[in-house]
Amino acid sequence: MAIAETPGHHSRIVQLSKSPTGIDGFDQVAGGGLPAGRPTLVCGGAGCGKTLFAISFLVHGATRFDEPGVFMSFDESGDELAQNVASLGFDLPGLVEKKKLVLDHVKIERREIEETGDYDLEGLFVRLGYAIDSIGARRVVLDTIESLFAGLANQSILRAELRRLFRWLKDRGVTAMITGERGEGTLTRQGLEEYVSDAVIVLDHRVTEQISTRRLRIVKYRGSAHGTNEYPFLIDEDGLSVLPVTSIGLTHDASSERISTGVARLDMMLGGRGYFRGSTILVSGTAGAGKSSLAAHFLDAACRRGERCLAFVFEESPQQVVRNMRSIGIDLQRWVERGLLEFHAARPSLHGLEMHLSRMHRAIDRFQPSVVVLDPVSSLLRVAQQTDVQATLTPASRTAGPSTSRPTWRSRRSWTPGSC
Amino acid sequence: MEPSNTPETGRNDGAPGPRHAYVLRLFVAGMTARSTRAVANILAICEEHFAGAYELEVVNLYERPSLAAGEQIIAAPTCVKAFPLPQRRIIGDMSNTGRVLEGLDLVTHA
Ligand SMILES: Nc1ncnc2c1ncn2[C@@H]1O[C@H](COP(=O)(O)OP(=O)(O)OP(=O)(O)O)[C@@H](O)[C@H]1O
Ligand SMILES: [Mg+2]
Repeated sequence: MAIAETPGHHSRIVQLSKSPTGIDGFDQVAGGGLPAGRPTLVCGGAGCGKTLFAISFLVHGATRFDEPGVFMSFDESGDELAQNVASLGFDLPGLVEKKKLVLDHVKIERREIEETGDYDLEGLFVRLGYAIDSIGARRVVLDTIESLFAGLANQSILRAELRRLFRWLKDRGVTAMITGERGEGTLTRQGLEEYVSDAVIVLDHRVTEQISTRRLRIVKYRGSAHGTNEYPFLIDEDGLSVLPVTSIGLTHDASSERISTGVARLDMMLGGRGYFRGSTILVSGTAGAGKSSLAAHFLDAACRRGERCLAFVFEESPQQVVRNMRSIGIDLQRWVERGLLEFHAARPSLHGLEMHLSRMHRAIDRFQPSVVVLDPVSSLLRVAQQTDVQATLTPASRTAGPSTSRPTWRSRRSWTPGSC
Repeated sequence: MEPSNTPETGRNDGAPGPRHAYVLRLFVAGMTARSTRAVANILAICEEHFAGAYELEVVNLYERPSLAAGEQIIAAPTCVKAFPLPQRRIIGDMSNTGRVLEGLDLVTHA
């Protein structure tokens, strides 16, 4: 439950209790999740991912944190919603059946409604209260309550009632997420940010040069520390995930353990022992200089030690890499078959940089490799502004930034979770 | 048992289709001054325009909260004109008689 703040005392703020969203990366940048027992505003333009963000918060609440939830939709019907999120692996009808979720579609047909004097929105309160009580809900989503303004004419009643609604949600102690669409010069069309002031999250979807990037920013989070950067996020078949890329500190341990480069003479040159474990190595050279071969040697050596390796390749298919390396006597296929080596191939132009990084981040989280190869990292330069790449890659790469000379592949050991 | 405190002019006894020319349900949230006003206003209009040919049921949402979602209620008071179609929702204390009549499709929109 929420704990009282001590206003004006920055040094003595009682730690708020958090309600984890279960969204990869988000809880990390939000210091554990949303403020428990309070409303949070999630806003952004059309199609930026508000609904998916909100439904992920509810579904994870119900499935992982034993917190049933109510989804009150002012836009899509329950069926539409269920269909839209089925592709993310969310089974809404199943959760409804198990009494972990209530879906209520609030239909407001302007032409069906006649306003004749004084009223309030008590019907909505009763409806929401009943839904909460029917499953003992701890989480509530209102998506997006601004639609009420299109359906009802009396704006002053609406504003007063919304203010009352958000206070009521707080009194009920539910963790609520309210979505709103971006307005002209305001975070939301109806200025909801004025009413919901505990936490405000802005989602953004941009398409530049046919490459789409999604970003998330925590604009405000009362009583809690939070990352203030724009974080790239990703929506794919596994749902929504935020890449906490710029939250990477320079506090990782520096191992003094050494591991073989896979090339005996190179190990000799590096003090007879090879690379430092957990370091980032930049191999740069002209076309045909042997960069990929050096990477293959490193992978092969790691697999021989029984370590897991992940290779991101941007210019060739895994089959091509395996074939080419066989010609210099390295059999990578057997490591793939034994599950020690995994290739991820993606055309650089397929996504924006953030999307590439998010996917890589996710793949690494899942596979937990101790060695990662990117071949060639310069491919990523082509899909992003140089400054973007620096901002995004540099905090993670330790020995050299990608802007120096002509980077080709990076390899590192001992992946530190949360870094990129 | 429907919580009803207004004269109901009898219910449909299983015959297909409503027996009355008008079927109205007025949803209120507790018996506040506003609710009482709405009941009195709608009743007066019904009596004046279709005496003996209507059914008006008053539902207190606090007593039957599950109906709010089922009947798509957000505002209180809300009078749902269930018959004749098209269905309409008249919200407020029913003090603007002209608007109520429009809502009941008794007069056309200006
Ligand atoms: N399975 C999926 N894989 C990849 N992207 C998906 C998937 N499902 C949905 N999306 C993307 O999610 C976006 C829609 O998200 P969402 O409906 O949450 O946005 P929204 O902000 O609520 O939009 P609106 O303003 O219409 O309410 C779309 O851009 C769509 O491309
Ligand atoms: Mg939406």
